[in-house]
Amino acid sequence: MLLINCPYCGERPEPEFVYGGQAHIARPAQPAGVEAQDWADYLYRRDNVRGVHAERWRHTRGCGRFFNALRDTTTDHFLATYKVGEPRPAAGGTR
Amino acid sequence: MQPFSGLALLLRGLTGQKGWRPQWRNAEPKKSYDALIIGGGGHGLGAAYYLAAEHGFTNIAVLEKGWIGGGNTGRNTTIIRSNYLFDESAALYDHAVKMWGDLSQVLNYNVMFSPRGVMMLAHTVHDMQVFKRHVYANRASGVDNEWLTPEEAKAFCPPLNIGDIRYPVIGAALQRRGGTARHDAVAWGYARAADALGVDIIENCEVTGILKDPSGRVAGVETTRGTIHAPRIGVSAAGNTSVVMKLAGVHLPLESYPLQALVSEPVKPCFPCVVMSNTIHAYISQSDKGELVIGAGTDAYTSYTQRGGLHITSHALEAICELFPMFRRMKMLRSWGGIVDVTPDRSPIIGKTPVPGLYVNCGWGTGGFKATPGSAHVFAWTIARDEPHPINAPFTLERFRDGNLIDEAAAAAVAH
Amino acid sequence: MIEGLRTGHGGQVDRGRPVHFQFDGRRYQGFAGDTLASALLANGVHLMGRSFKYHRPRGLLAAGPEEPNALVTVRRDAARVTPNLRATQVEIYEGLVAESQNRWPSLRFDVGAINDFFSPFIPAGFYYKTFMWPRRAWYSLYEPRIRAAAGLGTAPTLPDPDRYANRFAHCDVLVVGAGPAGLAAATAAAQAGARVILADEQAQAGGSLLSDAAGSSALIEGRPATQWLTQALAALTSNPRVTVLTRTTAFGYFPHNLVALSERITDHLATPSPDAPRERQWQVRAREVVIGAGAIERPLVFSGNDRPGILLAGAARTFLNRYGVLPGTRAVLVTADDAAYQAALDLQDAGVFIACIADTRAAGAAGERARAAGIPVLNDACVLATQGRRRVNAIELARRTDGGLAERQTQPCDLVLMSGGFTPSVHLHSQSRGKLDWSEALQVFLPGASPERCRSAGACRGVFGLEAAVGDGSAAGAAAARDALDPRRSGVDPGGAAGRASAQVAPAPAQSAGFSGALPVNGRVRGRAFVDWQNDVTSKDLALALREGFRSIEHVKRYTTTGMATDQGKTSNLNALGIVASALKRTPPQVGLTTFRMPYTPVTFGSFAGLQRGELFDPVRRTPMYDWAAARGAVFEDVGLWKRARYFPRSGEDMHAAVNRECRAARSGCGIFDASTLGKIEVVGPDAVTFMNRLYVNAWNSLAVGRCRYGILTRDDGFIYDDGVVARISDQVFHVTTTTGGAPRVLAMMEDYLQTEWNELKVWLTSTTEQWAVIAVQGPKARAVLEGLVDVDLAPAAFPHMSVARGHILGVPMRLFRVSFTGELGYEVNVPADFGRAVWEAIYERGQAHGMTPYGTEAMHVLRAEKGYIIVGQDTDGTVTPEDAGLSWAVGKSKPDYVGKRSLARPAMSAPERRQLVGLTTRDGAVVLEEGAQVLAQSGAPVPTRPLGFVTSSYFSANLGRSIAMGLVSGGRARTGQTLYVPTEHGEVAVEVTGTVFLDPKGERING
Repeated sequence: MLLINCPYCGERPEPEFVYGGQAHIARPAQPAGVEAQDWADYLYRRDNVRGVHAERWRHTRGCGRFFNALRDTTTDHFLATYKVGEPRPAAGGTR
Repeated sequence: MQPFSGLALLLRGLTGQKGWRPQWRNAEPKKSYDALIIGGGGHGLGAAYYLAAEHGFTNIAVLEKGWIGGGNTGRNTTIIRSNYLFDESAALYDHAVKMWGDLSQVLNYNVMFSPRGVMMLAHTVHDMQVFKRHVYANRASGVDNEWLTPEEAKAFCPPLNIGDIRYPVIGAALQRRGGTARHDAVAWGYARAADALGVDIIENCEVTGILKDPSGRVAGVETTRGTIHAPRIGVSAAGNTSVVMKLAGVHLPLESYPLQALVSEPVKPCFPCVVMSNTIHAYISQSDKGELVIGAGTDAYTSYTQRGGLHITSHALEAICELFPMFRRMKMLRSWGGIVDVTPDRSPIIGKTPVPGLYVNCGWGTGGFKATPGSAHVFAWTIARDEPHPINAPFTLERFRDGNLIDEAAAAAVAH
Repeated sequence: MIEGLRTGHGGQVDRGRPVHFQFDGRRYQGFAGDTLASALLANGVHLMGRSFKYHRPRGLLAAGPEEPNALVTVRRDAARVTPNLRATQVEIYEGLVAESQNRWPSLRFDVGAINDFFSPFIPAGFYYKTFMWPRRAWYSLYEPRIRAAAGLGTAPTLPDPDRYANRFAHCDVLVVGAGPAGLAAATAAAQAGARVILADEQAQAGGSLLSDAAGSSALIEGRPATQWLTQALAALTSNPRVTVLTRTTAFGYFPHNLVALSERITDHLATPSPDAPRERQWQVRAREVVIGAGAIERPLVFSGNDRPGILLAGAARTFLNRYGVLPGTRAVLVTADDAAYQAALDLQDAGVFIACIADTRAAGAAGERARAAGIPVLNDACVLATQGRRRVNAIELARRTDGGLAERQTQPCDLVLMSGGFTPSVHLHSQSRGKLDWSEALQVFLPGASPERCRSAGACRGVFGLEAAVGDGSAAGAAAARDALDPRRSGVDPGGAAGRASAQVAPAPAQSAGFSGALPVNGRVRGRAFVDWQNDVTSKDLALALREGFRSIEHVKRYTTTGMATDQGKTSNLNALGIVASALKRTPPQVGLTTFRMPYTPVTFGSFAGLQRGELFDPVRRTPMYDWAAARGAVFEDVGLWKRARYFPRSGEDMHAAVNRECRAARSGCGIFDASTLGKIEVVGPDAVTFMNRLYVNAWNSLAVGRCRYGILTRDDGFIYDDGVVARISDQVFHVTTTTGGAPRVLAMMEDYLQTEWNELKVWLTSTTEQWAVIAVQGPKARAVLEGLVDVDLAPAAFPHMSVARGHILGVPMRLFRVSFTGELGYEVNVPADFGRAVWEAIYERGQAHGMTPYGTEAMHVLRAEKGYIIVGQDTDGTVTPEDAGLSWAVGKSKPDYVGKRSLARPAMSAPERRQLVGLTTRDGAVVLEEGAQVLAQSGAPVPTRPLGFVTSSYFSANLGRSIAMGLVSGGRARTGQTLYVPTEHGEVAVEVTGTVFLDPKGERING
């Protein structure tokens, strides 16, 4: 059970949150014009990083807000959490 | 290969079991091979065996970054079944179930396949609709699967509590040919048989790069034990497949999640079959050694740590204690975690990749062990012939682009 | 008790409180404070178990949680049966009933011991090599017999009546282990002002101090050790910021400094309070953790080292000093370590004759002390063999010389003590994913850096000796408190823990490193030297595994099963590693250890499950009308977390009769249905219509205020995710309904797009599922029932089908929908949930004049199927597009985009062979197809065949007087009129492909 630092509420235990998958995957602005492979990549391709992973969480059983986090997938330790729209912090970098 | 038999044990017993030789050689990597398999689990070792035994590829090697069978092969709950929903899936898994039947004799290694019956519990009307669809679809495909009433389910598995629980058991789908096997023996049996045909099994050899020739075709690998050339490479690295394939510039629709399992202390036989409840997340059987083997669900987040949260384990045991209230006094002896690679449609990818000569077998999620012989067999075919076997032809990487998903998970999705 | 096996005084047992218990049917007496192991020893019972494989007679090896041999079943009553308990940890109580295990017919005479004679032919992994012929015999003969032979105790067969509790706790410093180091750490942390939890697995705090002789001269901080213990404990227990937990094992270390503890509350009590839980599982989130887990003595691996009466030197000392039990009368000590000499001296003081000390090392200072006490010491010793069947009666010793063996001797004895030195308990540290560093000096693994905020102190990190351990604990406790209370830190922040400086003192060099591996013997070894007692793994088994090419320690472990017994290798792992390393000519750190995983000692399943049983397994959601339905005998079904009324049987009715009656009533008069479980989301804001346009497939601009529309939600992969009626309450307010199970995920999906993709939109989302009770009134008389109750004009022209209005019903505020999931004239009355029951009853009362009948979900399913209305999840399965479901009329095709649109443009989404929803009618209307049945193109198609599709919904329709069904069929709509075939349990059924609307195809009734 991880301890997750919601940027709005502070540290809370994992069961209050819902994992939201990889962060910073923007939905194409004009999907109709997107090539088939690019659309498939948007839908399905994930970096599945072994190392520092930028990911989304939602504090569903708390403030309800989505936010982003950097977590090392080899230790499950968080390096940072940050609000939607903020750039990915410099901490870490992919291994 | 030194034959294994009761007689051999008896004869060598007279001289202190001294005459046994290594089951597989401690091979040194050669400069080049005709083909390489990356990943020394059951799928990879099996693919090497079938390449050698059925396709004449004997100058090949299996590269394992740790010890063979140390990944998901040695970390699962050993459930074997083929009662999947879609024809494509049922065909793939049933190919494996048929091979399990005589795998011990084929490999001359007792993998202890135990067709004890796999019973999947229905707790809601929706479960019942889904499982009956499975039953009828499987029968049309020639895969055994039958519907049991709650009373029949209890008769098949007497410890089962069908009534006095939050989600009463309202029926079950039973595949009698399903069961369990001894996971380590599968890796070792394939390794020994492949080694006997000349396959080099190279442990402690991590792949750090994938080489391509100017045409873009694979040419070999960089490893922690040097450069190895080969014109064909099959990747069968389970949870680490994304990492390996990125070395070749291939990005896959995979995510790796922790999956936990545990065993109880060993007790005398008390559980006659395999019981699964997808609705409340309980998977249980009893091993030959007497341990209750229990599977938990996956954690919510991707991870390579080979461990998960306590609440996931607790939830699995809540379900076990509901279904089998006499086991509440049993004790957890050992727990462990694996890394399962999951595709968006929960079906594997077995086939060619955008890089010529590079093949991949991945995305088995929580279901890889049961498929081991079948998957290895069709993967070897694919590598040897540079084209998929009819059974794995639908399991392409391209299906995600084209929309031809084989969506086992969605098809069982809970709704209303 | 046998006179003479108890010391006259001393130890922790209460000689004034005799306790009676049974073992294998015989009655014995012990004292309060005894464990089953110590009480049996006091009665001269050494044979306590049989080994797993060879059924060799076994006695105690240890005195604590590492005990591999003395496993018993404790039977409190018929249901409270607990197998595989270590006798060394079972506290006796008046009336305790314990049994030995894995033997038949008795512990003394065990038929299974025949395996021991065949042991040359059944070495490690023998089962992989045989039992393969004939093939069938594996299933019918070999496997059943292997299974019957395996296992230790017997699983309970009756439901466990005990309760288990859970507790979550936070603290500044969690200290694991209340031995000298742990007590010192807790004291120092508490003095620094930290909130401390101190947990120890034993019944009493004190750890190794409890095993010291009563007259021990040991001093801590200048005081006698016993006095220090009493004072330290008193100070801790009286400190309100400190929680001291005994009988509490820290068994698991999880990320972010979460440590799981198992507290045993009633197992040691003769008459537990019925209110008390049996166990309590704690999950402690600690800012800092100090591990003071101590060390476990290693056995020596020599021929015949497993006979009853051969035990660890420290265990003998514990039995003597803590429990006042003499484990023998004539003893030999075999040791590779100085610490064990104290055991010999203590036993000698208590009157045990020490025949000899066999030290595997060259002569040293410890030997001089023993010689001074009159004990002969044999240096450079080796053990050739031991003798005795159910108890050791002699040991054959010799001295190793360059030329071979000298001073061969056979020492008669009834007790052999052994010590290979101490293995630090690094289990929890390793579970924290902390590194293990090999200590050349100590020849053991010690805790290295941990990614979590934890420290080890005392013997578990190689700091042996009382004074040193206390000092180490004190320093660790103070440092932990300082870090925990540092005002600059936030939370447990484990990411910041790596690489910080340790405040710990350097490990003091031990007197000796002891020995791990198989004791060297010059010359031929007879018999077997056991490494893993419980699983019967010998040094020869390890050699065989290596010979067969298993080089990884993980392979050796799995092939031989060493370290995989219920003690999880606590006494065997390092010896196995020593043997493997020596055979491979590598160092132990090159070979490496197998991974430590939770639990440290076995933990009861029930304590993980806790109170999550029965009703509490999952929350139960009930509508405001639940009690009303229950009082009328409704049968409920589980839908998600909800309990929904499935049908309302009258006396003598089965489900079909009740459903037929309910369905007829809804079409002939009127029915009332509790639709409160439908998900409801209020979508509000100036951009609400834009939001709905982007999300749902439908076009929403044209939906006027006061009107409703059937909405479909697909995900971006194009497949139907949910559906429901959407009402426009005002320009900026949509009342969105979802399926019962879909409400949370639809809201989550909406929030996802709103917060992360379209956060420029001014829209607010609120779940109102539980705010509204929804009463569906359906049938030709529906208007007549509601007229007069509501202040809304129900005239068809004023309030046509798919209208919505705000108003009142009996003065209660209401949103009234004119919608129908039955195809009849229908309304759905939404009132605040608290008024639900009262309004329902008022409508029901008014409806009696019109034959109003309550109907449940089953009738609802039939009624909607008669009209071809789909249920998402039943008629769709996550692979179905709106087009497949025949719903393309609902799609706003001119919209440039909506979630799912791009995916629906993929070629596969419009392939002609896609499965489409169609009606299926059986030739014989009395035949009702089974849902899930497969649809084939050919009659009598041989197996295997590829079905065209399957039946999604199938019912007997009382209103139509025949069965109806829908199914997803490949190219289905183009097959209208064709005959297809459905194999069933009772033979093949021919069906005709039809449209999906079976009743009132022109839809006239709905406008009635």
